[in-house]
Amino acid sequence: MIYFDNSSTTSVRPEVLHVYEQVLETVCGNPDSLHQAGRKARTLMEESRKNIARLLGVKPSEIIFTGCASESNTMAIIGYALANINRGRHILVSNAEHPSVRHAAEALAELDFDVEFLPINDQGIVTPECVRQHMKTDTILVSCMHVNNEMGAINPIGEIADVVHTHPTCVFHADCVQSFSKIDVPFDRLDMATISAHKIHGLKGSGLLMKKQKLKMVPIIQGGQQENGLRGGTSNAPANIALAKTIRLALEEQKETYRKIEQINQYLRRELAKIPGAMINSPADALPYILNIGFDQMTSEVLLNALDAKGICVSAKSTCSSHSANESEVLKAMGKSKKASTHMIRLSFGKDNTMDEAVQFIKTVKEILNAYGLSL
Amino acid sequence: MDYRYDHILIRYGELSLKGKNRSNFIKQLYDNVRHALHGFPTLEFEKQHDRMYIYLHDEDCDAVSDVLAGVFGISSFSPAVKVEPEIETIVQTCFQMMKTQKPGTFKVAARRSDKQFPYISDQINRMVAGKILKNTDWKVDVHHPDVKIVVEVHQEAAYIMTERRQGAGGYPVGVGGKAMVCLSGGIDSPVAAYLMMKRGVRIECVHFAAPPYTSENAKEKVLTLARMISGYQGDILVHVVPFTDLQLAIYQHADESYAITLMRRMMMRIAQGLAEKRNCQVIATGESIGQVASQTLQSMQTINAVTTMPIIRPLVCMDKVEIIDLARAIGTYDTSILPYEDCCTIFDPKNPATKPKIERCEKYEARWDWQSMVQTCIDECEDIRVQVQEEETNLF
Repeated sequence: MIYFDNSSTTSVRPEVLHVYEQVLETVCGNPDSLHQAGRKARTLMEESRKNIARLLGVKPSEIIFTGCASESNTMAIIGYALANINRGRHILVSNAEHPSVRHAAEALAELDFDVEFLPINDQGIVTPECVRQHMKTDTILVSCMHVNNEMGAINPIGEIADVVHTHPTCVFHADCVQSFSKIDVPFDRLDMATISAHKIHGLKGSGLLMKKQKLKMVPIIQGGQQENGLRGGTSNAPANIALAKTIRLALEEQKETYRKIEQINQYLRRELAKIPGAMINSPADALPYILNIGFDQMTSEVLLNALDAKGICVSAKSTCSSHSANESEVLKAMGKSKKASTHMIRLSFGKDNTMDEAVQFIKTVKEILNAYGLSL
Repeated sequence: MDYRYDHILIRYGELSLKGKNRSNFIKQLYDNVRHALHGFPTLEFEKQHDRMYIYLHDEDCDAVSDVLAGVFGISSFSPAVKVEPEIETIVQTCFQMMKTQKPGTFKVAARRSDKQFPYISDQINRMVAGKILKNTDWKVDVHHPDVKIVVEVHQEAAYIMTERRQGAGGYPVGVGGKAMVCLSGGIDSPVAAYLMMKRGVRIECVHFAAPPYTSENAKEKVLTLARMISGYQGDILVHVVPFTDLQLAIYQHADESYAITLMRRMMMRIAQGLAEKRNCQVIATGESIGQVASQTLQSMQTINAVTTMPIIRPLVCMDKVEIIDLARAIGTYDTSILPYEDCCTIFDPKNPATKPKIERCEKYEARWDWQSMVQTCIDECEDIRVQVQEEETNLF
């Protein structure tokens, strides 16, 4: 099997799994319990938090463990907006966000917040200038993903953060799920940032929200003192403990993996350019981990099915919305044709992919186009 | 004294009318009931010429009833208390059953198959009712009673019942031969399959898959649907036909407006081949007049012309809303509407012929050797047996 769907999820690192199993077996306590079993779990979890904070260059109190990136995003958008309603009601969100951000913003619109969607340009990004034009005096929150999950387009979030901060009452959240440990994330310039464990070879059901200490927030999950009172529910101590190692190993390998993936990406772009009918939808300067392509001769689903039958896993669109209507919102926003939109597949790479697999992919695509590339 | 239902009495459906075949029908129903209830190990079963009895032992009466309600060939059934066929015991048991319940109106309906029993039905009625009237606050209402106490006196035992549940009706699956049902994954075909089984017909299913134009998810959906209705006959064998090459050939050799008609002619040929191979007497489909281009009478005629095997269309005169109601009732609707492409929707011509001509089909078909492709489809089917209970894993 060739797995080119690492933006959906990744395999777990054996080292991480080992830590997880070890903690599950030996640390049974609830970190909130006062006895020795609880203390042990708490000590390890706080140790993990400290390590993560150091790796990200923030304070330990600024790391909130969550159950997934969608939860982190919901917390950042809804939790922040509700707590800061006295400052204003205007919220800006890019129109290419993950559904967890988009739907959270739409939920706020129902609650009489003034929600506006920032248009991405034909390169798939939101420009700092665009943000500047949309900012109002009562804008309290701007959210823009770092790397777009469908295209790999890289938003200039550092510059956007600077624009946002020209308003003293406005903060900036970035969904960094697809960028973290692939390119550098400027955590020092962000107010809130979302990270997911399972996209970086960690555990499913584990994520975090980085939130600068001064920011007020209301908890979405009520019920306890966990995570500074911001997230009720018994802490998932083993997963939270394993997250430190997940992040450390991912960051340690960042440069080396990037170089390898860049070569794979460049090879694929070169070879695809030689195939008649091929379209490369990802911008030239996109993150090399994500390559959005398509072929005139074949719709997304048919190509996905054909590749699947040959043992190659790709995604037809962002997995979280693969069951909704059959068109890419992002491509549409980028001003591409409807055909690009219905014919696109997304390849996304990870540390275990090889150049041989890329060669095999090109060979298989050619075979499929020969066999089924009729325009029906 | 408290009482507890220790039996379920089953009344046969239409089959009690069926003269000579009666014993076959009863035997088939007996087998089907036992199979449906194999998850309840301590049950005991007994069949007689007019009733079937289940001895509950340790099993939960309601759980068993829920399963029975889905077995074809049962007109109704009642949880029952079995007692000695003696008048004093019968009267006493009825009294005990009523005494513990909140009083309302009641009626006693006794019948005796044992004509040697020293009291006639009406005398039993009066003795039971008298005891209850004298000692409780229950009142008699012979027209609309809250509770109807049914007493059946047989030679070897008497049965007392107060509830009656509707059975699924129809004939026991298996008494009516076997059909090859075309299962597309839409709303209609699972309903057609259900109705065939309801008339006692055992079914196998054929599904046409055109990968990569149709996805593995679409196939999974069809298997899920088959699994959902498999409980009526135990399990279902689904034949998944690799249809892609034949479908592509149709598009190469025929006008687009005739593609669907030709595709369905090929499907019928393949279904017939499979039906013959699997000893089925008929093909069944979920077609309904006028629903889509291939389901006009002219289309049906042109499609039907390729086979002499009867094609049964249980839904042919039903409205879509009636079909949807049935699909909801049997629980397949929500799965049927999942959005996966099937081989008809992917090859979707803009202007399909609604009045296709046989001669024109034959003209197109003369252009290539479809016979060997049809044979390949029949020979290279993937046969998958599905049943309600899935294989166990040790993961959960």
